Amino acid sequence: MSNQFEKYFSRRKFLGFGLGSVTSIIGAALLGRSASAQDETQSNGHQMQSMSGHDGTMMMMGEVDHQRNGFDPLQILTDWDYGEVSQLDSGQTLREYTIDAGDIEIEIAPGIFFPAWTYNGRVPGPTIRCTEGDRIRIRFRNFGSHPHTIHFHGVHPFEMDGVPGAGDGEIGPGEETIYEFDAEPFGCHLYHCHALPLKRHIHKGLYGAFIVDPLEGRTPAREFVMVMNAFDTNFDGGNEIYAVNTVGFEYMRRHIPAKVGERIRVYLINITEFDPINSFHLHAEFFDYYDHGTTLEPTSRTIDTVMQAQAQRGILEFSYRWPGPYMFHAHVTEFTELGWMGHFNVVNEEDFADALASVGLDAEWDQRATQGSTVPWREEASES
Amino acid sequence: MSEQVQQTQTQDSRLGGIAWALALVPLILLGIIAALIVTTEGGLSELSGPPIEQVSIQRIILPEPGRIVVEVVNDGPQDVTIPQVLVDEAYWQFTAEPSTTIPRFGRATFTIPYPWVAEEAHEVVLVTELGGTFAGEIAVAVESPAPSTDLFARFGLVGFYVGIIPVLLGMLWYPFMRRLGTQGMNFVLSLTIGLLVFLAVGTWLDAQEFAAELPQFWQGVPMVIFIALITLGVLIAVSSVRQGQESTPLGISYRIALGIGLHNLGEGLAIGAAFALGEAALGTFLILGFTLHNITEGVGIAAPIVRKNPGLQHFGLLLLLAGGPAVLGTWIGGFAFSPILATIFLAIGVGAILQVVWEVGKLIARDSTRIGLPIINWVNLSGVTVGIAIMYFTAFLVKF
Repeated sequence: MSNQFEKYFSRRKFLGFGLGSVTSIIGAALLGRSASAQDETQSNGHQMQSMSGHDGTMMMMGEVDHQRNGFDPLQILTDWDYGEVSQLDSGQTLREYTIDAGDIEIEIAPGIFFPAWTYNGRVPGPTIRCTEGDRIRIRFRNFGSHPHTIHFHGVHPFEMDGVPGAGDGEIGPGEETIYEFDAEPFGCHLYHCHALPLKRHIHKGLYGAFIVDPLEGRTPAREFVMVMNAFDTNFDGGNEIYAVNTVGFEYMRRHIPAKVGERIRVYLINITEFDPINSFHLHAEFFDYYDHGTTLEPTSRTIDTVMQAQAQRGILEFSYRWPGPYMFHAHVTEFTELGWMGHFNVVNEEDFADALASVGLDAEWDQRATQGSTVPWREEASES
Repeated sequence: MSEQVQQTQTQDSRLGGIAWALALVPLILLGIIAALIVTTEGGLSELSGPPIEQVSIQRIILPEPGRIVVEVVNDGPQDVTIPQVLVDEAYWQFTAEPSTTIPRFGRATFTIPYPWVAEEAHEVVLVTELGGTFAGEIAVAVESPAPSTDLFARFGLVGFYVGIIPVLLGMLWYPFMRRLGTQGMNFVLSLTIGLLVFLAVGTWLDAQEFAAELPQFWQGVPMVIFIALITLGVLIAVSSVRQGQESTPLGISYRIALGIGLHNLGEGLAIGAAFALGEAALGTFLILGFTLHNITEGVGIAAPIVRKNPGLQHFGLLLLLAGGPAVLGTWIGGFAFSPILATIFLAIGVGAILQVVWEVGKLIARDSTRIGLPIINWVNLSGVTVGIAIMYFTAFLVKF
């Protein structure tokens, strides 16, 4: 029998043939089961909310074991890495980092494991944060099974470019090198492995944020770093899981706390492989956008979606007028439903401690979020 | 000579307790080696590679609006865990019975509350622990038929038009055939062979189509071959029980009816399953096509008994045997489709049809020889050709 009958006969006619009036016995029996699925959703996690219509729930099952992973997407939002800070004879600030590449298996969605290549055992790698003009010195050691590099998006001499054929080129397993350059220009940047084949080295997880604060600093804000990434779990050249900061739907399961009225600044970076663009859409508010973060004036004002090509990045600034669990997600809805979606849990000042506690965060996280800048805030500037 | 025979018999009688114990020795050793390998890896540890995940989506049912049920069999070499399920490239919550971890040869049923859209296409993807994906297609979303008296009757009616009616109409040529001479009857019998050969090929292809969808461990293709061969062998053995005696014409008719019945069962299964899967837009025209296509089946069944009328009762039984399975098949295919049963029945059908080709062939050979013609003469050859041609061209009405 051919499955092409439909080409010749109207499906409506087929329905008219007598299946339309069928009452469902099996369906009734299954109603009980669906109820149990809903219960599981609700009992699962602190604040799990989902796209839930009366017909079902667009959401993953279960939770990710962040302890086993060795990193937590909520912590990654604010865990700036300032390096080991000292002064050069010239008076220039020196920030020294050690970054180790290695192979680990990470849980990128509840129950789904990905054989990742990582910087310092996490995806995305450490968020390097400094002030423009700082000297950055990175000792890069490769404990992985393949040659790797670190290629920074920034200004540096050819030898420090971290590509095959430049300086030490690809750093083989067991080898190491030093990358050294001055941090410029200020902005929201990134670094990633540039070993070949490039696609695979990037999508396996070798990337991270590189934030250079302007000398004059930016207005105080609650700051988050969000790296839009994705994983091709079956290696067919298309992604099965999309996320910010690696774990699909993590900020749906645990909402990101924020306060009504305060300025929120998101360092947004797109490193999604295979897809030409990714995007960010904010619900119920509009934001100012600084493309690449290399200007002090917004490059777009009052927008609520922004599109980024791979390696494009920028800074978003916004604040919420009213409390509520506001959604944000890629407005490439395919990515949204494959994991790239989350919520800000915007609350009034007095409810903030509860909001932190409900997702297992503490005052230290709050402090990192609000005092992340490497530039000491100048009182006189804030008064003006 | 007789000594030898005796010797053999004494050897036979030595198959006592010790002999049987000896037969067990290799098996006991095998057990020990297997246990050793399982417990100590037997030096094979270096050979163990990455895990292999393999599952087969057997059926996707849409029991009601807002619900998708996926039946899965693990036909890989080891346990598979399916932590997430995608519908149309979106992760959806679901329940898995009995568990998201499916042991080898094991089954699981995934129920996904999902607002599927009638008459549109959907895709369900199971994502494994290691990120492997297994996709199942809903070509046209139609609520799966649930057993109800009304639908039962409608399906039965479809089977009636596809199986009973054409066989009955074909049999009504019986009085006409009785007036034919030897040459005329040879033509009709040859036509029957053509029809049967066509059915054998069609049934074979259908069996292969179902076999291809079976979980790997069933080894669908060889299974079809061997079931067909064994059926052929058993039926030949049964019809050769009366040594020297030829099969009775009525016996041949019954075996033709059986073969055709199994073929019609397959046709019914496919129609019913197509209904259930929403793949068939079965209009009146298509049903009529099947009626036309199957009309020569009645001729084939009645042809061997032209010389001796077995009476109405036998005609009734032959009709039920050949046409009834179409009704049965439509019900099974529509309400409880099982690819494994479908494959087995169709494979039996292939064997049964081939056996009657052989028997009817012998009838023609006998009659042709009796009137002094070669077995392959123009009359017989054109009979076969016309038989195949009728089947081939009427199939245009039912193959899309």
